[in-house]
Formats: sequence, C-alpha cells, structure tokens
Amino acid sequence: MGKTTFVGAVSEIVPLTTEAVMTDASAGIDDVGLTPHKTTTTVAMDFGRVSLDQDLILYLFGTPGQHRFWFMWDDLVRGAIGAVVLVDTRRLADSFPAVDYFEEAQLPFVVGLNGFGGHHPHSENEVREALSLSSHVPVVRTDARDRDSVKGTLITLVEHALTMRVAVPDGNRA
Amino acid sequence: MAGGGWSNEPYPPVDDAHRYYGGTNPVPSAPPPAAERSSLVRPYAVTGGRTAPRLQLAMEALVSSATSIHQDLSILTPERQAISQLCRQVRSVAEISALLRMPLGVVRVVVGDMAAEGLVHVHQPQLDAGKPDLNLLERVLSGLRRL
Repeated sequence: MGKTTFVGAVSEIVPLTTEAVMTDASAGIDDVGLTPHKTTTTVAMDFGRVSLDQDLILYLFGTPGQHRFWFMWDDLVRGAIGAVVLVDTRRLADSFPAVDYFEEAQLPFVVGLNGFGGHHPHSENEVREALSLSSHVPVVRTDARDRDSVKGTLITLVEHALTMRVAVPDGNRA
Repeated sequence: MAGGGWSNEPYPPVDDAHRYYGGTNPVPSAPPPAAERSSLVRPYAVTGGRTAPRLQLAMEALVSSATSIHQDLSILTPERQAISQLCRQVRSVAEISALLRMPLGVVRVVVGDMAAEGLVHVHQPQLDAGKPDLNLLERVLSGLRRL
C-alpha cells in the first residue's frame, strides 16, 4: 500500500521497475487460477535510489506483501539494512505475512502506519497489539507522499538496525 | 500482456527509462534498433540458456564499465554493448535490468560473464556475516540526516 509513493518521495530518480522471473518453485504456490491476467511468469518490483555520499548509494526496493512474492524477499534481505512494513490500518491482516517473514529472517524492521492526510484511524498501540509486535519494534506514523515523513521513517529504521546490532552481537543469539 | 507469451511487448514500459537514460548519458534518447530486436527474443536466449550466474550478484551490487570509450565494442553482443555503455556511469544490477528492460536473472548471468572477462568491474556491498557492517550503517544514518 503506497510503497512506490513511499520510495518515490525520497528517491533521486523516478522509481524504476525491474522484472524478476518467477521460478517453478515460487510459481507453484502462486494462486494463478484466482487472478485474471495472471498467466505471466514475471513479477515487477519498483525501486529508487538515494545518493548519500560520493561513494555511498542507498537503494530502496518496494515489493508487494503477499506470500507469493517471498522469493523476491529472500533475494533482497541478504545485505539489506532493514525493512519498512507499510501498513494500511484498515487492512491490518495484510501485514501479518510481512511481519512474520522479517521476524523469522531476523531482519530489523519498523512498522509505518501510512495515513493519508494525517488520518490515522488506529493508534500505534492498537496496531502493535493487533500485529503482536515485540516491544522493541518501532511503530511510526508516516505519510508516503511526504519526503520529510519518509526520511524520518528511514532514519528510525537505520537507528533501530544499529541498536539491534549493538544489542545482539553476531553469534550471540539463541 | 494478453496471451501471456513473448509477443511484441514482453515487458511493460518503463515510463522513466528514456528520460533518465537520455538525461544522464550521451546516448540517443530512443533505444537502438538492436535492443528493439533483441526484446523479441526469449530472455534467456542471450545467456545461451544458462540461468545460473558465475557470481552471486546482489541486486544493489554496483557495476562500472572497464572498457574505454575509444574501445571498439562492436564485436560484443548487443546486450554487452548496452551494458558497457550504460555502466560508464556506475549502476546497480537492478538499474541495468530496469533501464535495459532485461529480467534480473538475465542481467546477473551476463554481468557475471562480463566481470569474468574483465569487461566490467563489480562492487559488491560490504557485508559482515551477511549483514551491512556497523560503519556502513552509521554512514547511511548520517547521510539520511543530511538529506
């Protein structure tokens, strides 16, 4: 929900689209029969780019949240700093798979409540409870159309990733 | 994409590709005819059917051209020529895929081959046990704050 808008708000290029060809394994769990025009075997992924320094470029990849796109996430999480789970508070259940996935992958993530026009029908705590989030996972309000808001969400994510790295050193996890 | 096959337009158009391409590179704003033709070919035909790259390339791995502007690239395949030209400016694997409208898997195979043959340099992300190292995280954080 709003992921391309989110990426576009800070990207120095209009978000680009790349195609990944679905493997047989991932196509097997795809509910091809249920969706019209779903005969294609490629899926699109939008991404943007932010040059942070002369030799430092940040890439932001936006992928859909459904199970059938997990094969793309497997590719993305290696080497990733973290993830923003953009939540539409009217459709909280849609976010369950993403939260499960990132917890399992031990990838730092923050939950961004995407409110349009500053309208957030649910509080951070309600969302935290509904998604059964651990207390250390940041939940922030964000507006995918607003550059400063998106920037703030990314800063929260990187700060959280740093905290996690310091708190849970490698090889010290049960 | 009606029919689900590789018809005239195998990939949905990338809105920004031409503007971006033309705006940053001394490359004609329209894609060369060779690229048009090659888009009619099944994507893995350009890799000789291979789907496994020689290198494990991250989507965000950066690629830069190792050939000089004066070098004759016409002996290369159209895909390799296009990658050589595009990567005169450093690009990620994902950008190559998007701007040249080649599926990610194909780009990984071709770039892996080109790196092995010394046609491109590949800069993989600095990882510490599969994660970005602390120094990198701190640089990203301060970079974001400066935006």
